[in-house]
Amino acid sequence: MRGLSELTKTSIKLYIREPIATFFTLAFPTMLILIFGAMYGNDPSPIFGGLGSMDVSMPAYSALILGTIGLLSVPITTAGYREQGIFRRFRATPMRPLTYIASDLITNLAMTILGMALLFTVGWLLYRVQFEGNILLLLFAVVLSGLAMSSMGYLIASVASGARVAQVIGMVIFYPMMFLSGAGMPIEFLPPSLQRVSDFLPLTYVARLLRGLWFGEPFVDHLFEVAVLAGILIVFGAAAARTFRWE
Amino acid sequence: MAPVLEVTDLVKCYGDLRAVDEVTFTVDEGEIFGMVGPNGAGKTTTIECLEGLRQPDGGRVSVYEKDPYEERRTVMERIGIQLQESDLPSRLRVREALNLFASFYAESVDPEILLERMGLQEKAKSPVTKLSGGQKQRLFIALALINRPEVVFLDELTTGLDPQARRSMWDLVREIRDQGSTVFLTTHYMEEAERLCDRVAIMDHGQLVALDSPRALICDLGIERRVSFYPLNGSKDLGLEALPGVEFVERRQDRVIVSGSGKGFISKVINALEDNGIDFHDLRTEQPNLEDVFLSLTGRAVRE
Repeated sequence: MRGLSELTKTSIKLYIREPIATFFTLAFPTMLILIFGAMYGNDPSPIFGGLGSMDVSMPAYSALILGTIGLLSVPITTAGYREQGIFRRFRATPMRPLTYIASDLITNLAMTILGMALLFTVGWLLYRVQFEGNILLLLFAVVLSGLAMSSMGYLIASVASGARVAQVIGMVIFYPMMFLSGAGMPIEFLPPSLQRVSDFLPLTYVARLLRGLWFGEPFVDHLFEVAVLAGILIVFGAAAARTFRWE
Repeated sequence: MAPVLEVTDLVKCYGDLRAVDEVTFTVDEGEIFGMVGPNGAGKTTTIECLEGLRQPDGGRVSVYEKDPYEERRTVMERIGIQLQESDLPSRLRVREALNLFASFYAESVDPEILLERMGLQEKAKSPVTKLSGGQKQRLFIALALINRPEVVFLDELTTGLDPQARRSMWDLVREIRDQGSTVFLTTHYMEEAERLCDRVAIMDHGQLVALDSPRALICDLGIERRVSFYPLNGSKDLGLEALPGVEFVERRQDRVIVSGSGKGFISKVINALEDNGIDFHDLRTEQPNLEDVFLSLTGRAVRE
């Protein structure tokens, strides 16, 4: 346990020291609020069922953070640690591999929550956005989504030969999702044909689940999203566990 | 007392290549045991089988009578490892690295003590990437010692270090042994093995070609010694060929090289030169070394 807590403490420090990762997780979503807030404001709009553009951006950008961490941070870090021989050094100790994975997941969850807190703080200060759901249900959704996205990320790391390839694969998968899933911009802005494409993108289910729970819709209305994310976690998690390489 | 490390008929293959081919040896407590040979001889594969990082394809390895691959975590608690190729996260700082690795073991040394012992106190807050080659190696040794290991594995510890840093590493290795650990190291520097190790295993093409103390290996060779000098009397006959023990005399440009063996060979040559009234300067003697042992056993020089 001491290994897990020390490793997690260290990973969080290292994450924060990494300027690119910190920018995309913490600064970028907040920056989007500033930019799009200045463009669209937060007036209630019929497109969003009476909510403002900034209101719906809160859960959307939370999904964006989950996608960035799971599909970019996880594969780049994992493949990089393997490529640089950092995993080799860890393996030459009694630490269990599962301890590393657990610490990585906790670190990423902590960074997600930190990013969301920052996002909400800025949204509240500038546009008085509200959270109308149940915080525990939201936390559940964040954990499930984080695990699902990370399982995809670990699989990307296994498939990639090194950190650079992992980054490219991660970006190829992530960027279309960013625009088409409702995480980067409201799904309502897309033409109906592209909205249909979103049904095939994993991040869409994260965005839908978070948006529903953020605005206090009943949990039972979102069992489908929960099931899809659980399915992704099981399928990709099993594939990642099977293909995971320490060197 | 049972040996600390036992390797019996170890075989490890990569595809068609038998990287380690039926190697057998034991290492006793308190030894500095060296494995030498050129790159690709199978040293790293052998050490990594002992460390439990690779699974042997045949034969058996044991550390304190335990299989290091099957009982990895138990064995890892008792051994310290410095890997030839490994790294730490670039933004990790020296003290953080020690604290982190200390947390992986049931028992560990106070990281501050190791920082001091390795001369890294001033670098405690430096990121790993800001360290020099020698400092980084000292950090990796500190990590290998963090659990007060009974056996320390050092794989190519001094590769890439300058001569001064290398010498200070040798002192460090002796110190580790003097504090009670058994040391298993690999190197492709013959001089390092000769100076540092109690016993040396010479590897070539995955096989163990010799195993003994450096002194015994050199003596067993019965190899000649050499004396060389510049004679000042021009090309006058030196009258050395007839001397007992002299095997042959050759001239390279102006330099005369006398090869031979036997007790008192060098003083015989010098006395004969004085008796014959031959003045000389820049007299040098060459002792055979492990390099010559390797050459005579394999027919090749160890350097690629």
